[in-house]
Amino acid sequence: MSSVLYDVPGPKARARNRTLSIVGVAGLVGLIVWAFFRIESTGQLAPEMWEIFQYEGVSDRIVEGVIATLQAFVLAGVLSLLLGAALAVARLSDHLPVRWLATAFIELFRAVPLLITIFVIWQGFLTTEPMWALVLGLTFYNGAVQAEVLRAGILAVPRGQVEAAYAIGMRKSQVMLTIQIPQAVRAMLPTVVSQLVVTLKDTSLGYIIVYEELLFVGRQLAANYVINDDYPYVVVILVVGTIYVAMCMVLAWLAKWIEARGRRAKTGIKVAKAEPDVEADDALHTK
Amino acid sequence: MNVLLDNFALFREGFLGTISLTATSAVLALVLGVVIAGFRVSPVPPLRAFGAAWVTLLRNTPLVLLFLIAFFIVPMVLFPGMSTYLLGVLALGFYTSAFVCEAVRSGINTVAVGQAEAARSLGMTFGQTLSLIVLPQATRTVVAPMSSIMIALTKNSAIAGAFSVTELFGVQKDLSDMGYNIMVVFMWVALAYLVITFTISGLFRLLERRLEVAR
Repeated sequence: MSSVLYDVPGPKARARNRTLSIVGVAGLVGLIVWAFFRIESTGQLAPEMWEIFQYEGVSDRIVEGVIATLQAFVLAGVLSLLLGAALAVARLSDHLPVRWLATAFIELFRAVPLLITIFVIWQGFLTTEPMWALVLGLTFYNGAVQAEVLRAGILAVPRGQVEAAYAIGMRKSQVMLTIQIPQAVRAMLPTVVSQLVVTLKDTSLGYIIVYEELLFVGRQLAANYVINDDYPYVVVILVVGTIYVAMCMVLAWLAKWIEARGRRAKTGIKVAKAEPDVEADDALHTK
Repeated sequence: MNVLLDNFALFREGFLGTISLTATSAVLALVLGVVIAGFRVSPVPPLRAFGAAWVTLLRNTPLVLLFLIAFFIVPMVLFPGMSTYLLGVLALGFYTSAFVCEAVRSGINTVAVGQAEAARSLGMTFGQTLSLIVLPQATRTVVAPMSSIMIALTKNSAIAGAFSVTELFGVQKDLSDMGYNIMVVFMWVALAYLVITFTISGLFRLLERRLEVAR
């Protein structure tokens, strides 16, 4: 394996790399072990702490938390895609007021931190319905982002497609619905799914407006059990965190898979790249 | 009754809090991000693996979870009683470093292959090639994505407010607890964020123009 950035290692460089590897790995392992013993010394990793996951109530609550998170994610995902499509079309509209309104909506909700949007919807309008406050906040923000993604996709559809559609007598809405949007969605699918990963991650903001999603449930569980005169925060955070990261990684992997599939198919338009690669890829090492 | 003028001190404190939180975590994220990007293209396989694991893990972790880890676990490992500001900076900086790393790495990929080849044929080592030849040229392409990463960081810093770091979201929360009209407060807070994000994108556009070269 070679890279443009360094020569193919010879015997001396190989020996040096090996030494560096060993020192690096040893240092990292040392750091992890040190952190482990620091946490261990507070008694947070004691076997009794892990036993709370054997209580039926605890595992049920965690499952409920996962379901609540997924519920908010699915609702927000679907609604934000619908809103995004509507806004994208509105922003490309021939009518100035429509275009202007859509632009203002998109720019406003992209500029304001999502947490503040959610908080205001919760405090101002839906005090008793934290789930809908969360879903609406996510929908507004992600809808604005998805609208920009879809708009870029619609603009990337080759002009010939639109001209051909008009030439065979289609109306404006027909051209948009049957020609432009399907191709745009197809081209932008990897980016759309990447944005859905962001939506999934952001459902955790429900924690702050006391929606009982996974993180909130975890925090509540940890505060409800006292074991060895301490709260089991560390083990709960470890378990809940692993569940979150696993869910996000599955979705991120889906985005990459769709991108790979799209590259195989032969159509006129380019498929957008998913978020930049997360594997140790060999982009530099192929030359 | 004017919400802004009546509570100007609170607003100012929150505004400056957001700016300083963003700036400090931006510095941490930039340093970490560039170092990890260097790891990801280095000739030592474990470093490459470490960089990849760092990015994958941090990009797939919700920021709120990182804040929980910073506030509950980090004080246990380092020392108890760390300031909330420092913990907030750690969470934001680590999270953003993964995105900075990816931007820098794709910047490295855009530098013409001949540059690195020429550096190597002059006998430069990996460290020299990267720091003297490739990274300075990569800067130019990295400026644009870095601008949107910094704007995202500014917005993410609102989450720190929920963990009792002084900044603009905290102002919003305090004032709505005091019974002010939530929409009016929202308007002013949104305006404050707009001022910060516009300043950032303006600065980066300036930087981009300075770094531009005629090709």
